[in-house]
Amino acid sequence: MSSAVSPAIEMLGIQKSFGTNPVLKNVDFSVTVGEVHALAGENGAGKSTLMKILQGVYQKDSGSINVSGVNVDITDTFAAKKAGIGMVFQEFSLIPTLTVAQNIFLTNEPTKYGLISDSAAKKMSLELFREMEVEVDPSRIVESLPTALWQLTEIAKALAQNAKVLIMDEPTASLAKHEAEGLFALIQRLKAKGISIVYISHRMDEIYRIADRITVLRDGSRVLTESLKSVTPEQIVEAIVGRKAAAHLVHKDRSEKISSEIVLEVTDLSAEPKLHNVSLQVRRGEILGLAGLMGSGRTELVNTLFGVLKPSSGTIKLNGIEIQVTSPQVAIRNGIALIPEDRRAQGLVLDHSVTENLTLPLLDELTTSRFLSKKKILAKSKEIIDKFDIKLAYLGIAVGSLSGGNQQKVVIGKWLGTNPEILLMDEPTAGVDIGTKSEILDFVRKIADSGKSVILISSELPELLSVSDRILVLKDGRISKSLNREEIPNEEFLQLAIQGAA
Amino acid sequence: MKTKTLQNSAMGLIKRFEWRQNIIYIGFIAVFILFSILLGDSGFSNPNNLLNIFRQTATISIMAVAMTYVIAAAEIDLSIGSVAGLAAVVTAMTINSAGLIPGILAGLLVGAVAGAISGGLVAWLKVPSFLVTLGMLGLVVGVARWITASAPVPIADQTYIAIFGGGEIGPIPVLLVWVAIAVTIGAVVMNKTKFGRHVRATGGNLVAAGYTGVKTAKIKFTVLLLSGVVAAFAGMLYAGRLQSGRFQWGTGDELSVIAAVILGGTSLFGGRGQVVGTLFGALFIGLINNGLILAGLDVSQQQVVRGAIIILAVALSRKK
Repeated sequence: MSSAVSPAIEMLGIQKSFGTNPVLKNVDFSVTVGEVHALAGENGAGKSTLMKILQGVYQKDSGSINVSGVNVDITDTFAAKKAGIGMVFQEFSLIPTLTVAQNIFLTNEPTKYGLISDSAAKKMSLELFREMEVEVDPSRIVESLPTALWQLTEIAKALAQNAKVLIMDEPTASLAKHEAEGLFALIQRLKAKGISIVYISHRMDEIYRIADRITVLRDGSRVLTESLKSVTPEQIVEAIVGRKAAAHLVHKDRSEKISSEIVLEVTDLSAEPKLHNVSLQVRRGEILGLAGLMGSGRTELVNTLFGVLKPSSGTIKLNGIEIQVTSPQVAIRNGIALIPEDRRAQGLVLDHSVTENLTLPLLDELTTSRFLSKKKILAKSKEIIDKFDIKLAYLGIAVGSLSGGNQQKVVIGKWLGTNPEILLMDEPTAGVDIGTKSEILDFVRKIADSGKSVILISSELPELLSVSDRILVLKDGRISKSLNREEIPNEEFLQLAIQGAA
Repeated sequence: MKTKTLQNSAMGLIKRFEWRQNIIYIGFIAVFILFSILLGDSGFSNPNNLLNIFRQTATISIMAVAMTYVIAAAEIDLSIGSVAGLAAVVTAMTINSAGLIPGILAGLLVGAVAGAISGGLVAWLKVPSFLVTLGMLGLVVGVARWITASAPVPIADQTYIAIFGGGEIGPIPVLLVWVAIAVTIGAVVMNKTKFGRHVRATGGNLVAAGYTGVKTAKIKFTVLLLSGVVAAFAGMLYAGRLQSGRFQWGTGDELSVIAAVILGGTSLFGGRGQVVGTLFGALFIGLINNGLILAGLDVSQQQVVRGAIIILAVALSRKK
């Protein structure tokens, strides 16, 4: 027990400015040996800057860092690694074309007679995985593995470098429920070995589940450090968002806004091998939630409706007329828009400006005598930016340099600019902070109130419960349950339905 | 149930992946058998003809070994053909004026200088290698024509001719010995040394490799330096085999070399490097050329077929 209070890391009085803009103001942050310390805050609150200072990516302006009681000067990423700080990245940092073992020992390759011994690396990797009590085949090429195993490989890589502190940034963002369970169990085992973990997450249930303490940053200052035993979720949310209320998760009955008119009718739609005989109806003004585990066919369903995947059988009727959605272009022409799951890869051209991204699907109408009109393009993008309250330094800024929440608003704005009748949204709030999340959920309600229909996928059940009028549960590519919102008493009920137990 | 489908799709990926990496061996054998049947009467299976194929593709094979590293690091070198030409004329001129050893060193120096300039610009000034080496291609040809006034430079040094391409060790042409050395070193370094591993890491995910501690700029510099030196060496083999230095030696080889690398299973997008596959890629191109000649096609028709093969190879190496 005495070891539990000795600090693994102490960051004291950390200050950091970018230009004249202070991003960290006198922040103290410490993690004790074997502790899981949650770090929370909105995007832009300073979490990632603080962690990048710890990893040696950025240099602090002032303050001090102690590792295991010794003052260290973390001048670069090598110094951080040497001090025993390991990072499990949100966007993965493995070489996809190398094997698991080759990745774990990259730059630390075991050698024999001056040549790399892959068999030794494999053996040492197996040993690491055995200590972690997980099963990963070290000779597999990384790109052929599911994402959950990428993450385990990252953790093994950090451990192979003798990391004493692991920084995990939204580690469950790309995991299914049972994979997340596996990760939590692994975190418990790592704790027991005296490894400390900084756990960055937006998900309150996870934080309560595995963290010992939480520190909240807001606008570059530390506003809360507390044991999770003595702090309520309401207190945490309040610390994160300030005085703003967390009303976004309360379900509002919208039944009078939903018309009886059926806009979209899908009958026996299949897209083998992922989707089997799905039938559903969506009314004008309705928000239909899709629940299910990863791989249950949720993404495949919306992708088929949007023409990304080819249906193998079944019909899609729009306003009573059967349509053949053979490509996204056809879907857009028919008033269907998709906000994809991986917004960085599928939704945005990151190097292009916000204006260019916003107006990309609208270029046909923004012309004067067949040439693009700069005036019309600027006017249109300003209109969307105002409508969605997208925060920009200037109009020409590249989308890639915006925060995750603002990027997501650009994606939503881009597609709502096309004025779709049916909006498909795949995990629209993944990785965005609580403030932006509530704005996005408000948009969803507003869109539906204005007579559009929304099909929404979310793995965050409170969120799904707060906006959906009806929820379909998918399992193994089929609809296993259709529930009206009032039939669902609480989150646990829905969770059980998803797991197939109810 | 779910893990099972995951595993299945992962297995599918592996199968597709290996198919792409190994198709060159299947293709090589298939074309070889096809030509043996169709062109047997024209002398295709004659040992001398087969040896000829090896000899004619030797310089391509050697340059392709270095190109495998360049492409595995997700870069490209378009200047190799002209570097070979300049090295050939510089070697010939220096042998004539200063002797054998200075000649060899001067030729290799040409490659080192061209490679170091390209590599430096790519690694530290972050200029895309496509542009740098395209510029270098023109620049180097210009220098070679200028210093020779576009005229051939004969080589009379018999030792040079014997070592660089003309000679034989027993029944084995010395060119083949050079190919064997290049491929063996190339394959071992790629698969068994930190350098080879770091080349693939740099090409596979530049940012991740950098975070992990791979010195990615140094890797890019080194592969382009290496490519320059090896191209110069190949040019010197041309000079030895053809007993003269001409700026035209090696002209256009970059296309065959890149095609050989891609055919051999190295991804144009970086991260993979198959040195032995590259050798078979080069031999495959030699095989096709030889077969087309025996079948009576002329040079222009060969070019058409070769171009088609390159397009096909790149199409097959697409990411997904």
